[in-house]
Amino acid sequence: MKGYRKYFTKKIIWFFITLFAAVVLNFALPRLMPGDPVAMIVSRVAQGINDPAAIRQMFESYQERFGLDRPVIEQFFIYVGNLLQGDLGLSFSRYPRPVADIIGAALPWTIALQLPAILVGWLLGNVLGALAAYIRKGFDKTLMPIMLFMGGIPAFGMAVILLAVFGITLGWLPVAGGFEQGLIPHFSWRFIASIIRHYHLPFWSIVLISIGGQAIGMRSMSIYELNADYVKYSRFMGIKDRKIVGYVFRNAMLPQVTGLALSIGGMVGGALVAELIFSYPGLGTTILQAIREGDYPLISGTALVITIMVLLAVFILDVIYGFIDPRVKATQYD
Amino acid sequence: MKNTFKQIFRTANFLIGFIIISIVLLFITIYPIFNPGNPLRMIGQDSFTPPGTYFSLYDSLDVSHVYTFRLEGADDNRIYAKLSDTDREHIKEWLLLFNDYDDIFEIRAEDIDLEDTEGLLGLWWEHFDPEVRFDNMTIAERRVFARLDVNMDRLFDFYDKEVWMYNPESGESEYLKSVGTLDYVNVSDVANVRILPLGTDNFGRDTLKQLVSAIGTSLMIGLIAGLIATGLGLLLGLIAGYIGGIVDDFIMFFTNLFTVIPGIVLLILISYSIGQEHRGATTVALVIGLTSWVWTTRAVRAQVMSLRNRDHVNLSKLSGHSMPKIVVKDILPYIASYVVMAFILQVSSGILAEAGLSMLGLGPATTESATLGLMMNWALRYNAHLSGAWWAYYPVILVIALISFALNMINTGLDRVFNPQLRG
Repeated sequence: MKGYRKYFTKKIIWFFITLFAAVVLNFALPRLMPGDPVAMIVSRVAQGINDPAAIRQMFESYQERFGLDRPVIEQFFIYVGNLLQGDLGLSFSRYPRPVADIIGAALPWTIALQLPAILVGWLLGNVLGALAAYIRKGFDKTLMPIMLFMGGIPAFGMAVILLAVFGITLGWLPVAGGFEQGLIPHFSWRFIASIIRHYHLPFWSIVLISIGGQAIGMRSMSIYELNADYVKYSRFMGIKDRKIVGYVFRNAMLPQVTGLALSIGGMVGGALVAELIFSYPGLGTTILQAIREGDYPLISGTALVITIMVLLAVFILDVIYGFIDPRVKATQYD
Repeated sequence: MKNTFKQIFRTANFLIGFIIISIVLLFITIYPIFNPGNPLRMIGQDSFTPPGTYFSLYDSLDVSHVYTFRLEGADDNRIYAKLSDTDREHIKEWLLLFNDYDDIFEIRAEDIDLEDTEGLLGLWWEHFDPEVRFDNMTIAERRVFARLDVNMDRLFDFYDKEVWMYNPESGESEYLKSVGTLDYVNVSDVANVRILPLGTDNFGRDTLKQLVSAIGTSLMIGLIAGLIATGLGLLLGLIAGYIGGIVDDFIMFFTNLFTVIPGIVLLILISYSIGQEHRGATTVALVIGLTSWVWTTRAVRAQVMSLRNRDHVNLSKLSGHSMPKIVVKDILPYIASYVVMAFILQVSSGILAEAGLSMLGLGPATTESATLGLMMNWALRYNAHLSGAWWAYYPVILVIALISFALNMINTGLDRVFNPQLRG
């Protein structure tokens, strides 16, 4: 187990380093604002509030949280201490609801939407890319430009197109929200059916945009592998084509797993923007509302949770990679 | 060098991409010449005016030369146009109610074609009876149908229309002219005509004009972001790859860090911290550039590391050439093609990043020109997609996709020339 332990220990340490960096960034960015950050944060939201007592309360609670009169290190410890208790502060726009509460309500929606969508898109893209590399000829010639074009459509663009075509022109699917309006979330067939109907459009828009980039990457990877010496050698040996394709696919897949780990941040970003087109009750819509209403605690909290989500995804992918990469396995026998 | 260029221009992918980009650039340079002025001027009082040619109704009455045409089907067209969509819906509604009411009369909802004016009118005249009283129908609702019946008779009134001018000083109206059904004027004789190929947006601004200036701004944002990202990436990659050791570890630590921390989060936090007032197009481009250098750094470093110990580099080292000279003469030429490709991709992702940011309401705060992202943001914020105003968002998506597609095509074309293995 020596090789595995070394690999995983390294990955766990790296996860905590990135997590720490994310927390530091979240802590430092508002403090880098010119002027008094607390006054700035509160003044952006205060324009719409008429109750001076509420503004005062917000100001004081934030002054305490930021503790600007204290040294930076101490401020940082207060901040981390709050975080460890799951305390992300109180939302301005939905005062006095805690930010953690709002994010907790939105998080399941985002995970349930993006995780399957990105995985399905990644898988479909890889299969199409591998097919394009293997079949070549007409399939490759028609598929690749389509993939390139689809890869160029931004996430929100795909979302708007699907929404306008299937939601409005054809009227097949609902255009907004996570479930029917007026329905109270509870466990019943009607509610689940409503959730599934609302799930389609956001899901497919994320799948469709993830396919393009993956297919192009997989195609190049597979072509590269198909030209490798071991393939030629296997052909000379008379090994069946089907078996060779299996080898090629496995070898080309490995970099694609790493590729997913490296690009998942970008994919999540795109998917978040797609989410808000459908007013899907996830983190994307939450952060949009927070930005519109100048709700700094909510923006900062959502940003942190998104980062942690992505970091976790990267960590899990790293772990999976450790199991499937023969090179990591090989170190077992050293 | 000349040969490489020839080869590049012979690649189909590159050519397609190059032609698309050239057409876009040509269009955004030429269009403002024919339609000058501020692209953000609100010309319309209504939101989301559909595309089409608009001419002043007022001025058209003053056109001196009136022509007479006897056009086939003109009367039919007139009736079709006069029967409004709501009237058609009402006819359908009444017929369906009558279907439930009357035992003999039978019609299904899918048999009623709202576009078929003749059919609709025929059904109406055959069956409409003001005496019929449906259950649960209020008097007001019944009056709607009665009024509709009166209006329907008016569809066939083709009398001349008289135009009178009101004089506020005397408080009297004076007769000007009468307009008959056969009178036509040439649109070019009308004093005020405005062609709006893509209608107007929610603020009543010419969408096409705005789009043209938005493409320019977005391309500029992409270029600045791409230059910064590629420049920074190249510099860091060269330093990390060539010097190696602790410097390499240090740079790679940050590179790996910012690869996993999602760029959108940094973009949101930084853009929000900057504040709406200070966020011009250039600032947004700067922020995008500063958050997207990691990919170039990784790739450049990997290439430089493989070049570092090649014979020609070692020879230069032995000859006592200085480090900058070695980098410029012996390393850069080998990675130049890659850097150009990375730059093209960065431009395209910079445009997309701006669009994403603007959608979140963190786009550039500019009053002089729109960006593609801002146009999308406005269109969706004012529910263009729900009110069927396709002209406010489809062209924008199409342009973003086209630019991105073209840049990707250029890139794959270059890739085929520089990576012969990929040639198919």
